[in-house]
Amino acid sequence: MDEVKKRKTASVHVRRAVAYAVLVFLTLLCLIWFYILIINATRSHSELSKGFTPIPSTHLIQNWVNLLHGTLPVFRGLANSLIVAGSNAVLCTYFSTMTAYAIHAYNFKLKKFMFTFILAVMMIPTQVTALGFIQLMTKMKLMDNLLPLILPSIAAPVTFFYMKQYMESVLPMSLIEAARMDGAGEFRTFNIIVVPLMKPAIAVQAIFTFVGSWNNYFTPALILHKDRVKTLPILIAQLRAADWLKFDMGQVYVMILFSILPVVIVYLFLSKYIVGGVTAGGVKE
Amino acid sequence: MKQKKSRVVRYNKWGYIFLIPFVAVYLIFQLTPLVSTIWNSFFENYRSGLKQIGPNFIGLANYAKILSSGELWRYAGNTMIMWIIGFVPQIFFSLLLAAWFTDPSLRLKGQRFFKTVIYLPNLIMASAFAMLFFTLFADSGPVNSILINLHLIAKPYKWMSHVASTRNLIGLMNFVMWFGNTTILLMAGMMGIDQSLYEAAEVDGATSTQIFFRITLPLLRPILVYVLITSLIGGLQMFDVPQILTNGTGDPMRSTLSMIMWLNKHLYSKNYGMGGALSVLLFIITAVLSIIVFKFTQERNS
Repeated sequence: MDEVKKRKTASVHVRRAVAYAVLVFLTLLCLIWFYILIINATRSHSELSKGFTPIPSTHLIQNWVNLLHGTLPVFRGLANSLIVAGSNAVLCTYFSTMTAYAIHAYNFKLKKFMFTFILAVMMIPTQVTALGFIQLMTKMKLMDNLLPLILPSIAAPVTFFYMKQYMESVLPMSLIEAARMDGAGEFRTFNIIVVPLMKPAIAVQAIFTFVGSWNNYFTPALILHKDRVKTLPILIAQLRAADWLKFDMGQVYVMILFSILPVVIVYLFLSKYIVGGVTAGGVKE
Repeated sequence: MKQKKSRVVRYNKWGYIFLIPFVAVYLIFQLTPLVSTIWNSFFENYRSGLKQIGPNFIGLANYAKILSSGELWRYAGNTMIMWIIGFVPQIFFSLLLAAWFTDPSLRLKGQRFFKTVIYLPNLIMASAFAMLFFTLFADSGPVNSILINLHLIAKPYKWMSHVASTRNLIGLMNFVMWFGNTTILLMAGMMGIDQSLYEAAEVDGATSTQIFFRITLPLLRPILVYVLITSLIGGLQMFDVPQILTNGTGDPMRSTLSMIMWLNKHLYSKNYGMGGALSVLLFIITAVLSIIVFKFTQERNS
C-alpha cells in the first residue's frame, strides 16, 4: 500500500513539473511578441536596422514625437476610437438590459416569438450583411460618419442573451411589484431599480463591447475613408499599406504599442472580472 | 377583478414599448441590409472600367458562376487550412490546461497569473497584432535577427514569401489569440462535472490519463462540440489577420486569401452581384453550423 502511495506522489510531482514547463512555454509564447514590441518601440530607426538586442534603448519619447508630427492623424484616430467604443459600450449595455427586461418582466403575445427570433439571429455575422449595409448607409448619406458604427450596437443579441441570463438570477418579480405598489412608473422602475441591480453584468459587458468595438476593423474600413473620421485599426492598415521600407520603424512600433496599450492597461486592472465574464456569456451550465 | 386584469394588461404593453429600440435598430441596420444583400445576389451589377453594368435581373446566374469558378473553392480551402493550423494546437493545449487547472491533486500555483496571461492576446486588436507580426517577421526584422544570432539560420528566412510559412504564421496568431478563451470555456465545463465520479474512479485505481479519456472527455462532449463549431464559424469569418499581414493581397500567390477577404474585394470594387451571392452562401453555411450548435445546447439543457 505504501509503495502504491509513494508511486502516486512521485507521479504527481512529475505531472506537476510537466504542467509548469508547458505553462511557462505558453506564457512566453503569449508575451514574447509584446516584449519585442516594447523594446523596439524604444529604439531609433538606425538602431533597429542593426538587428535585435534584448535591452531597451532611449528613443521612446523621440519616436512618439516623430509619430505625432508624421502623416498619420494619430490623435484624431484615438479620439474617434474612443468615441465609437465608448458610445458602443454605453448604448449596447443600456438597451440590451432594456430588451432583456422587456422579455423577462412582461407577458405579451409576441414574447416567445421575439425571444426565439433574437436567439435565431444571434449567429448572423456582420460580414454577410455588409453589402446591404454600405448601400443603405450610402443612401442615408452616412458614409464617412461615425453613426453607422455606433447606432447598430443598440440591437446586440449576444449582450441581450447575457443580460437575460443574469436578470433571471438577480431580479425577483416581487421587487418590481413593490415598486409598482409605491406608484413608480415602468420606465422609472427600470432606470432606478433594474439598471443598478444589473451593474455587475453591465460592467462586464461594457468592457467586452468596448474592446470589441475598439478592435473592429472590417466595417469601419468600409464606412470611413476620410482622415478626420478614421479609427485606429484603419490607421494601422494604412501604415501597412504605406511604403514601409521608407518608413521610420521606430514610429511603426510606437504606433502599434499605442493602439493596444489602452486595452492592455484596462485588462490588467480588471482581468478578474473579464476572465470570469468569458464563461458566463457563452456556455452557462 | 376586472380592474386588476386591466392593470396587468396596462403593464404588459410596456413589454412592447421596451422592445422598440431593439426592434427599430435591428430592422434598419441589420434586417434591411440582409434582405437587400440577398436581393442584390440575383442581379448583374458591377463596374467594368468606367462603365456601370446592370443592375439586370439574372436569377441564379451569380450563384452558378461563383460555384463553378475555381476561386470560391480555392479561398474556402485557404480559410479552412489556416483555421485548422490554428485550431489543432488550440484545442490540444486548451484541453491540457483546463484539465490541469481543474485537477485538485496537482494544486498548481499561480493559476490567476497564467489565466490572465493566456487570455490577454484575445483582447489585442487583431489588426495591430498582425501588423506587429508583419514587422517582427520581416526579412530584416527582429525574428530573423535573433535566429541568426543564435546560429539557427545562416541568412534571413523570407517568412512572407513561402506559402507554408505565411499560412503557419496566420495559424500561429489565431492560436495565440484564441487558446486562452477556449481554455476558460473548457474549464467551466470540467468544473461542472460531478466530483464523485472522479473520486469513485480514483478508488478503483484509475490513472489520471484513464480518468481524462474515460470520464472527462465523454462528459465534455457537448462543450467540445460548442467550441468546435463556434470556432469554425469564427474561422469562416477570418479577415483582420491575413488582410493586414498580406496587405489584402493574400500573397504568396493568393494562398492566404480568406473568403471574407474575397468578399471585401467584391465590396471595394462594387461588384454587388457576386458579392451578394458570396454573402448569401456564407450566410447559409453559418446558419447550418449555428443550428447544429443550437441542437447540442438544447440536448444539454434537457
